[in-house]
Amino acid sequence: MATRQAQALGRLALAPSVIALAAWSFVPLALTIYFAFLRYNLQDPDNTGWAGFSNFYYFFKDPYFLKDLINTLLLVGSVIVTTVVGGVLLALLLDQPFWGRGIVRLLMISPFFIMPTVSSLVWKNLIMHPVFGLLAGIQRLFGAHQPIDWFGTYPRFSVALIVSWQWLPYAALILLTALQSLDEEQKDAAAMDGAPPLSYFYHIVLPHLARPITVVILIETIFLLNIFAEIKVTSVGGFAGNLTYLVFSQLNDATDVGMAAAGGLVAVVLANIVSAFLVRMVGKNLEA
Amino acid sequence: MGTISLKKVRKAFGDVVIIPGADLDIKDGEFIVFVGPSGCGKSTLLRLIAGLEDMTSGKIEIDGHDVTDVAPAGRELAMVFQSYALYPHMSVRNNIAFPLKMAKVDKGEIEKKIAHAAEILNLTEYLDRKPGQLSGGQRQRVAIGRAIVREPKAFLFDEPLSNLDAALRVNMRVFIMQLHKNLATTMIYVTHDQVEAMTMADRIVVLNKGTIEQVGSPLELYNKPRSLFVAGFIGSPKMNFISGKEAAQLDAHTIGIRPEHIDVTASKGLWNGTILLAEHLGSDSFLHVDASDAGRLVVRAPGEFAGKPGDKISLKPVSDRLHRFDSAGLALARG
Repeated sequence: MATRQAQALGRLALAPSVIALAAWSFVPLALTIYFAFLRYNLQDPDNTGWAGFSNFYYFFKDPYFLKDLINTLLLVGSVIVTTVVGGVLLALLLDQPFWGRGIVRLLMISPFFIMPTVSSLVWKNLIMHPVFGLLAGIQRLFGAHQPIDWFGTYPRFSVALIVSWQWLPYAALILLTALQSLDEEQKDAAAMDGAPPLSYFYHIVLPHLARPITVVILIETIFLLNIFAEIKVTSVGGFAGNLTYLVFSQLNDATDVGMAAAGGLVAVVLANIVSAFLVRMVGKNLEA
Repeated sequence: MGTISLKKVRKAFGDVVIIPGADLDIKDGEFIVFVGPSGCGKSTLLRLIAGLEDMTSGKIEIDGHDVTDVAPAGRELAMVFQSYALYPHMSVRNNIAFPLKMAKVDKGEIEKKIAHAAEILNLTEYLDRKPGQLSGGQRQRVAIGRAIVREPKAFLFDEPLSNLDAALRVNMRVFIMQLHKNLATTMIYVTHDQVEAMTMADRIVVLNKGTIEQVGSPLELYNKPRSLFVAGFIGSPKMNFISGKEAAQLDAHTIGIRPEHIDVTASKGLWNGTILLAEHLGSDSFLHVDASDAGRLVVRAPGEFAGKPGDKISLKPVSDRLHRFDSAGLALARG
């Protein structure tokens, strides 16, 4: 137990950073709340004053709102499923002894280090472009005259693909470290007990991975709710935009600061609902 | 049935030879203890028998069948691990049931076997708990339960008691011996503790640097150690070794005499010395004696022995308890 004096000293020592952190997060939030209730459109500078809840009302009534809300959830959901399932499989593969494993593990994490704008550009122009893209080339090799225009035809799928590519290494790496912490004697015990590979995976490995999987889901959700660069760079905002993109277009295209602030708050509430839900789920898993 | 025989079993990792070549025949229902200092290869040998390690060369037969290329589960052996290796997310019931489920035993049968094992092991009220909620001794019993239900041809124990406290260790030791008596199944037990080896084994296999030094009943090993290593390893406190002039008089390179085989006499002993230290345990007193010619000796005296450090005493070895060894460390015939 720390003495009372040491506790007081500790609080005093922590105060500057706590105050700085609070200011850092509270000030922008407070300003957003303030703007959300103002009439504040840059194209209509004379029309000012309190707007009441009308910013929220019109944000919800925006034809894009529901569509983008669904897109947001779809994007988060599909990327999580892809990265967790793919991550488990990749981690299992990388846990096997093979020649050059060290290098492969090192290279594997690289997509995570590439700026989202850069990787989106690469995907858009070098891989998925209907004329110059690698995929188009492959399709032509097999005789296709009109290669698929990925971003035009399947905008949501394309964005999800890029984001999955970025987040797969992260999931795989966390799950790989978890796999490596599986007790050797437990593996031996399972071998003695005669568990065939699939049963071994289902009864021993998967339960061992439950915690790291929930952590991966939680962290990915927090970041994936805010995906923006991939949608903006590939210009699919009109079809596959998410709430972040909608807020951006309110601010940038409609120059409506008030409405954008209201949208931002809606996104904050959504993020809180999702994370409260997830934290409870993770908490349940961590208790066991 | 559960006879196991090892034929020229060799294990090497690259150039590092762990077990140069072991031959051993284990009879059905025997309690065999592999004992040796850490790093002597006793666990490796057990894992080779279990099939958890591949042999470099040699052959292992169980009940006369060559199992060299048979997977661990196919050898019908059960193993209890040092860390217990329970599945942490499964209840005690499911832990015990796991090998049966894998063997596709039908549900009613599984229930019956679990109930029976839980009764023997005193685990009935803990069946729905997770391993994390159990004490060390209880976990140990669950691990044994998981082994019992399979009705294996032999049980393999890999230092199962080393994570328990001293009192519990004695209890579990008795429990395992009782279990062996009731089941009459072959058991192979690995330990570095020679007290466990002496008390539990029908036959002890002493290993040194991967080589089997001697196989025999506890008393055989105690009375007729075949080498300096076995002589020094079995028995507590350690046997005294004397080399040089004293040994040469008996035509040996080294002679050995156990602390309990030296009598303390007032005078006219073989060796005279001064007590350096006296450990009074109540039942016995262990005297550390500087016997000038013979070097430093440990002598067991009765508990009520009143000698103090500094006292002069005379020591007389029990002559037919003297062990003689040649320069290679092998025992010479009694002369």
